[in-house]
Amino acid sequence: MSAQILTVKMENIGNLFKAIAADQKLYLPLEQAGQVQFLPYDPADDSQKVRLDVLNTVRSAKDLFFPQSENMVAFKKQGKKIDIIENREKVEAFTVFGVRACDARSFDILDRVFLSEPVDVSYAERRARGTVVTLACNEPEETCFCETFGIDAAKPDGDITTWIADGLLWWQANTNKGVKLTDKLLSVDAGLFVDSTGEAKALEEQQEKIREIISQLPLHGLSLEYFHKEELKTIFNSPKWQELSEACIGCGTCTFVCPTCQCYDIRDYDTGNGVQRYRCWDSCMYSDFVMMAHGNPRTSQVERFRQRFMHKLVYYPANNEGIFSCVGCGRCLAKCPSSMNIVKVAKTIGGEANV
Amino acid sequence: MQNADREINKEKISVAEMAKQILEQGRADRLMGWKRGEFFYDNSPAVFENLSELDDFVYDLFCGSNLSKFLVKESRKDGKIAVLLKPCDRYSFNQLVKEHRIIKDNVLPVEIDCDGMLDIDKIRALGIKGIKKITVDGDQLQIDTVYGPKTCAREDVLLMKCLTCKDRVGGDRFELVKEIEAMSSVERYEFWRSELSKCIRCNACRNVCPACTCEKCVFDNDKSGIANKANTDSFEESLYHMIRAFHVAGRCTDCGECTRVCPQNIPLHLINRKIIKDLNEFYGEYQAGEDDFSKGPLTRFDLDDVEPDIVMERGGNK
Repeated sequence: MSAQILTVKMENIGNLFKAIAADQKLYLPLEQAGQVQFLPYDPADDSQKVRLDVLNTVRSAKDLFFPQSENMVAFKKQGKKIDIIENREKVEAFTVFGVRACDARSFDILDRVFLSEPVDVSYAERRARGTVVTLACNEPEETCFCETFGIDAAKPDGDITTWIADGLLWWQANTNKGVKLTDKLLSVDAGLFVDSTGEAKALEEQQEKIREIISQLPLHGLSLEYFHKEELKTIFNSPKWQELSEACIGCGTCTFVCPTCQCYDIRDYDTGNGVQRYRCWDSCMYSDFVMMAHGNPRTSQVERFRQRFMHKLVYYPANNEGIFSCVGCGRCLAKCPSSMNIVKVAKTIGGEANV
Repeated sequence: MQNADREINKEKISVAEMAKQILEQGRADRLMGWKRGEFFYDNSPAVFENLSELDDFVYDLFCGSNLSKFLVKESRKDGKIAVLLKPCDRYSFNQLVKEHRIIKDNVLPVEIDCDGMLDIDKIRALGIKGIKKITVDGDQLQIDTVYGPKTCAREDVLLMKCLTCKDRVGGDRFELVKEIEAMSSVERYEFWRSELSKCIRCNACRNVCPACTCEKCVFDNDKSGIANKANTDSFEESLYHMIRAFHVAGRCTDCGECTRVCPQNIPLHLINRKIIKDLNEFYGEYQAGEDDFSKGPLTRFDLDDVEPDIVMERGGNK
């Protein structure tokens, strides 16, 4: 590794968090009624429990850039006039620490949607102001398959990459934003980090260990080769969708825990004397998804179910140089009420080619 | 339970064998059961149409899902469908038959035994990662993981619904409800605020609930004025959950599916149990789904029914 590598003792990690949070919001994987989520860290609140041992937060880190719901604009009736009130949330600079390799890659997938013309201003603002600090996965789960998408859990992307090894947190800046945050932290407290550049043997060993574990995981070697645009019609018309979708209860769990699901709805809420226009996540599993004047064009659950996987495995890659809209985080594997998921779909539809 | 027309496993053969015989002997055209998953714990509900499909049939410690609700759709298809019902699932089945949501003549209910199902989320919550295999060893589970062998007590990782199984004498299912009742209103509000603010409105609780079978849910109806996919604040979800709880009041069999499927692990069943407990106190003990004919506490009227002021008599808003 060429860039500068800094370390901080794990027992002093609270100082690091305090230093980051000194002048901006810091999101950490915190426990909330037994579940772990990226929530704002409050240095003054001793009851907050930071959970760096938990791999997947229930909701992914996409929330911080593409929140479940947000106000867009309001309209207020004043006599015969209608006032247009800009009330989008003002986005301040923030840092999120502890993002895993899979979630970090999901931002690239979302960028291709939201940062293409016409650029999504809210998303672009959050991306511009947010600094992403990733954390390598020391203990991958059996549901992990990020490797299928060329993601290295031992070396996650992000503005800054961190690792936990040998009682230390290892810190390496990858981007200008990452260097800026590092420099700022050092300017506030020069003794916060120790420069461990050139002495990163423990870190390299940890990376090897992670890669070794990943090679032993049950989904190691999962191939999605069969899914490309030339097969679009064959895949779309596969009779297997019927049996695969039978277990689907049409809830939105998979979509809402997914780091790459990007569909939203825009709604007008009647405030009594005006309208609050907001946007919120939507799910292709829902009956009113892409509702048009004549109704939902996908009238059955099998069509809605197929849409989700066609989008991730065929349509998105067809429009994005073959990049799949999945990062192998395994959340849908762990959370689906009926245990139906993208791996089962890939193996069933892909048949022999994907086993 | 009082019911006719049921397949009961008198010869105590394996459930897989029962399933095979039913299809082989043409007692049903299709069979609803569970299909083996990618791992050993992620079995999915599935319909089997022929013997070769049964190769993937499974009935083990990870068949917690209640198949009853699937019959609302399946019983409207051509032919007869057999359905495997664990003891707790039979209550939901009866209730759905009673509400004419399942077309009984098209279904062959098959009663199967259950020793309690395991909850993979509870196992994970113990910090056990990279799970490869689980072996039951008396009261203990031996868990083979990527990170070496682990153990835990079986009792600690049973599905919530199995802890107070209706089929056996077990703990008091109202224990936690009583604890919440004993809280001050401020504490109670804080408890629910902390739990319900986790809700992501995925609707899994509603969609899995055997008592929620409206053709068009009010929350999905654009014209209802309250259709919402998003909350305006982190506690607004409470409205959704309260309305749902009241709508299933007197019909909820306490099957526990809502809590099993919640991705945020919200103890939703406690809201329903509170209502069941109150109904029991007001109108006498009643178990929804005990049979498929009786009238529920809120669908019959007796002259000696409690008056609304019972609320004040019990202490009201404390």
